[in-house]
Amino acid sequence: MALESVTQAADGTLLWWSWAIPVLPAVSAAVLLLLGARMRRAVAAGLALGSVGLSAVLSTAAFVAVQAGGGEAVVRTVARWMPVGDLQVDWTILLDPLSTVMLLLVTWVGLLIHVYSVGYMADDPRFSRFFAYLNLFVASMLVLVMAEGLLTLFVGWELVGLCSYLLIGFWYERPTFASAAKKAFVVNRVGDAGFMIAMFVLLATAGTLSFTELVPGGADALGTGTATAVGLLLLVAAAGKSAQIPLHVWLPDAMAGPTPVSALIHAATMVTAGVYLFARMSPVVLPEVGTAVAWVGAITALVAALVACTQRDLKKILAWSTVSQLGYMFIAVGVGSSVAAVFHLLTHGFFKALLFLVAGSVMHAMDDETDVWRMGGLRRAMPWTFATAVVGWAAISGVPLLSGFFSKEEILAAAADTPGAGAILVIGLVVAGLTAFYMTRWLVLIFLGRPRHADLAPAPHPHESPAPMVAPLVVLAAASALGGLINLPGSQWLAGWLEPSVAPFEPAEPMIGHTLLEVVAVAIAAAGVAAAAALYLRRVDHERLRERLGLLHELPRESFYFDALYERAVAAPGHALARGSATFDRVVIDGAVLGLARGTAGLASLGRRLQTGWLRSYALAIAAGALLLVVVVIARVV
Amino acid sequence: MTTAVASAALPAVAQQEQAAGSGELVGFFALGAIALGAAIAVVMMRNPVHAALMLVTNLLAVAGIYALLEAPFLAVAQVIVYAGAIVVLFLFVIMLLGVSREERLGGGIPLQTPVGLAVGAALAVVLVAGVAGPFLGPEAVCGPEGEAAAVGAGEDPQCAGLAEANEAGNVRGVGEILFTDYVWPFEVTSALLVVAAVGAVVIGRRHEPASDLVDGAEPSGAGSGTGADEDGEVG
Amino acid sequence: MVPAGWYLALAAALFGVGAIGVLVRRSVIVMLMCVELMLNSVNITLVTFARMHGSLDGQVLAFFVIVVAAAEVTVGLALIVNLFRLKASTDADRVDELRA
Repeated sequence: MALESVTQAADGTLLWWSWAIPVLPAVSAAVLLLLGARMRRAVAAGLALGSVGLSAVLSTAAFVAVQAGGGEAVVRTVARWMPVGDLQVDWTILLDPLSTVMLLLVTWVGLLIHVYSVGYMADDPRFSRFFAYLNLFVASMLVLVMAEGLLTLFVGWELVGLCSYLLIGFWYERPTFASAAKKAFVVNRVGDAGFMIAMFVLLATAGTLSFTELVPGGADALGTGTATAVGLLLLVAAAGKSAQIPLHVWLPDAMAGPTPVSALIHAATMVTAGVYLFARMSPVVLPEVGTAVAWVGAITALVAALVACTQRDLKKILAWSTVSQLGYMFIAVGVGSSVAAVFHLLTHGFFKALLFLVAGSVMHAMDDETDVWRMGGLRRAMPWTFATAVVGWAAISGVPLLSGFFSKEEILAAAADTPGAGAILVIGLVVAGLTAFYMTRWLVLIFLGRPRHADLAPAPHPHESPAPMVAPLVVLAAASALGGLINLPGSQWLAGWLEPSVAPFEPAEPMIGHTLLEVVAVAIAAAGVAAAAALYLRRVDHERLRERLGLLHELPRESFYFDALYERAVAAPGHALARGSATFDRVVIDGAVLGLARGTAGLASLGRRLQTGWLRSYALAIAAGALLLVVVVIARVV
Repeated sequence: MTTAVASAALPAVAQQEQAAGSGELVGFFALGAIALGAAIAVVMMRNPVHAALMLVTNLLAVAGIYALLEAPFLAVAQVIVYAGAIVVLFLFVIMLLGVSREERLGGGIPLQTPVGLAVGAALAVVLVAGVAGPFLGPEAVCGPEGEAAAVGAGEDPQCAGLAEANEAGNVRGVGEILFTDYVWPFEVTSALLVVAAVGAVVIGRRHEPASDLVDGAEPSGAGSGTGADEDGEVG
Repeated sequence: MVPAGWYLALAAALFGVGAIGVLVRRSVIVMLMCVELMLNSVNITLVTFARMHGSLDGQVLAFFVIVVAAAEVTVGLALIVNLFRLKASTDADRVDELRA
């Protein structure tokens, strides 16, 4: 069983430096926040990159050390945090196969995004502040990943939410961006409430939040009722952080932030936290809870994929794509295959980071234009960007032998091996086709065909991005292409590596042969690609097509009216309450306060009349006082 | 006005004067009447110069009362310091400012004059009742022992304790106690006088351009300073 | 001999007259004179009690009062001179800069 082989590093020196992995970027963030405004840009960027780079090297070293230890988990208590009576909360680090592999993803992809940002944010007036937030973001995610207990994980969880707020609203001068940041924060709070209640339940029943104490016992140790409650509450938490229906509404709006932030949120940090949480807690998740998780994932995957097919904003397409792909991961953890979920998490981290950085590169070239219908034909102007975009497109669409193909197959196979998951499998296959469709649409409209931006005023002059932006693209393209190697069907290296950390997947009799499933999936994806190519490469009257589709087009275009629904159901009563409170505050509270103030002022203006400024009136007051004193003294003596 | 008040005060105590029948009693009533009358005149004279002259009268009368109370050194100091220096200073400033014209009374604050009169009179009444009241009897002449403590008979009796203290002369007695028991207050007072002199110079200086400063500071600053110096020498 | 109380009554009367002067007069010079009257009345009290108690301490204290009064008059008159420069008047009611 997972985590049974935990040792409190007997010799006391093993991985003693592991605390530095999150602390380095955090310190860098603090320095940049305090002193960044006076630093030269090169110094600020060097500090940010250096800290994350060092952190990445240390993460690699930790990975190697854990590997050398045969995957045995290392637990180190760094600092005592809250000793409250019986409850003793420490900052304890857990380094096991799952957390170290996440460390690698977070630090290395984070580092690439940092490098990219040097080019992308070169002209921004708040350059050093941006890097401070990026550093803090990475540090928070590292705290989350390395946490040994739910409480420490929650600290990272909240810090990640804070950082996303800061970065989504980085250009807070634009009201829509600021409100997008607020939306992300508020929706995340809903999930956080679930997380906190789950922790309360665990503390009340099991009395501990430590993974090494909770997880080995599995769901049996907790009892069915507690395990169900905790699982469902954690589903709420994960849905908030990982943008699953119905708490997905913040992620598409999170596009407001600078594009590297989107890449960071969608690939390396933040949204993967929910999947990570479930992978970490997988032994405690009951099959019934898993079914709920899988269905949430399936519905999210389908809805988000449909929405992605109709969007015009190149980053929004990618954002809905992320929601959809996260749905895949939830399907995987739901049916019990944490390995498949983590596998897809890693490969998705590579190609989604790549695609977002491509999008940023395109926006950089197009003067921040985001409408794909105003692009087209960019392949000539931006050969490197185009080439890497093709790799990313191929990986996410499931072109065989690229990373996305393997990880998606793994998930579909896991669904096929689970009894009662037939409908989910079908949805997964449909989503695979939709994914291929919208990604092809995205690629075609941006890079292929005839340029549609010449008549824009002012007409942009597309150009290739500078080297700091192109280099990460190339590295990520390589990773996207080759990422599947870590868990090839034959070797199953990742499965073996994660075996000590997560609950094992016990396949039942497969509903459909795995080879046949692969063929079907590839065929569906090919159909999606072909359909998109037919629609968008040739001259088609899209207006008429949209009219014909009617509601089928309108619903996805309007994101299935989730925002409008929340507006009516949550925001409107909230506004009414706020207005009522405001009126109460103005009339009753302010009335009392102002009344008191006016009364005081009135009294004061009465008292002010005593201050005549005339010497003799003061002398008179003194004489009268003296008279009074003499009378009192004499009266007491006599 | 002055004589009217003084004569009004006299009949009330006339019988006691005869009952006591000593030289001190006559001196007390004469000097007291002059002092009180002069004080009232200071308050009522509209011209500051006249008020200053009445003040001098009052101060001389008080010096006489000191002499009656067997404090000849104080009586002399009173004449020199007050009548000789302070009142001269007053007159000097009055002349300097040229304000020796009639001054309006009343005005300004409503009811200031009647209320001021009432408060001052009430103070006087309360003080007479409270402070003087317990010591009106003959036993209060020289402390609890009363007349019995007096030494020497006839026209010039003295209280026993004070007679002992003044054995070698009042000036010598005061001087000895001043430079032994009270040497620190004495030194501090002399420092106070210096500070006052310097302060008067600074305050009285004319605030004009630096080039005119020396000449401008001459009239008032020098005047005040000289006055303070004189006082210091006397002290 | 005259009982102490009579001297004290004279002092109290002088004190009251001085107080009335300070409160009623408008010329700051005369007000300062009236302050001198009040100081003198207190001196009479001191000397009276010195005789009654048969000690010279009261006389010494009265002497100090005389000296301090001299210092006070010096500074006070300097202030009056300054005030006159400012207002061209010695009327206390013309000075109301502290009015609220």
